[in-house]
Amino acid sequence: MLTVDPEIAAAIIAHARRDHPDEACGVVAGPAGSDQAIRHVPMLNAAMSPTFYEFDSAELLRLYQDLEARDEEPVVIYHSHTATKAYPSRTDIALAQEPGAHYVLVSTADGAHEGDGPLPLRSYRIVDGEVTEEEVRVGEPAGSDRTE
Amino acid sequence: MAVEVKVPTILRTYTGGDKAVPGSGGTLGEVFDDLDSRHPGIKERVVDGGDLRRFVNVYVNDEDVRFTGGLDTSLSDGDTVVILPAVAGG
Repeated sequence: MLTVDPEIAAAIIAHARRDHPDEACGVVAGPAGSDQAIRHVPMLNAAMSPTFYEFDSAELLRLYQDLEARDEEPVVIYHSHTATKAYPSRTDIALAQEPGAHYVLVSTADGAHEGDGPLPLRSYRIVDGEVTEEEVRVGEPAGSDRTE
Repeated sequence: MAVEVKVPTILRTYTGGDKAVPGSGGTLGEVFDDLDSRHPGIKERVVDGGDLRRFVNVYVNDEDVRFTGGLDTSLSDGDTVVILPAVAGG
């Protein structure tokens, strides 16, 4: 299961709407080994395409240097599908190279890019070409002392 | 030339879990040959034929080597080579 803070979930959805009809992409980082997604980092889609995303090469390097300096990992790698449902495409599966990450998808298809309400986030593990969907809970992380 | 090579999570199966390993060579291509002699199989994950794989990014001292000559990029003692898988999909 993946737990996403409500503010971060809203920020991911807003990012997807802002970049529609191009795909939006980014990460949510967290302390290494914690599996807690707590720091949202929107990334540039260097492909600027409605059917493809790729983190900008220079930004990718800065991201990983920053993660290393903070002892963090890319807990979530997210992107949007702007004309299809929130399920990994064949390309997503073929190119997934972070076996430890939760791959999160949000769809802005069928008019979902309009309005400002919540949209469902779906999350997958993608390891060696195998896709496993997992539950997404939008709420405070377990063990948080913040009240809901 | 002695360089440091930073290895991404997905390739650490070849380095016994090490995040960084030493390498040597006058060019990036030679460094991958050198690495492969101690970590067999790692080169094939980064290089396809005579070129870098499309969805693997390699940087020398923070410069993407696609802009500095690819595998022919020349190296100096103390350079840092970073391998990062592209984060991409459709």
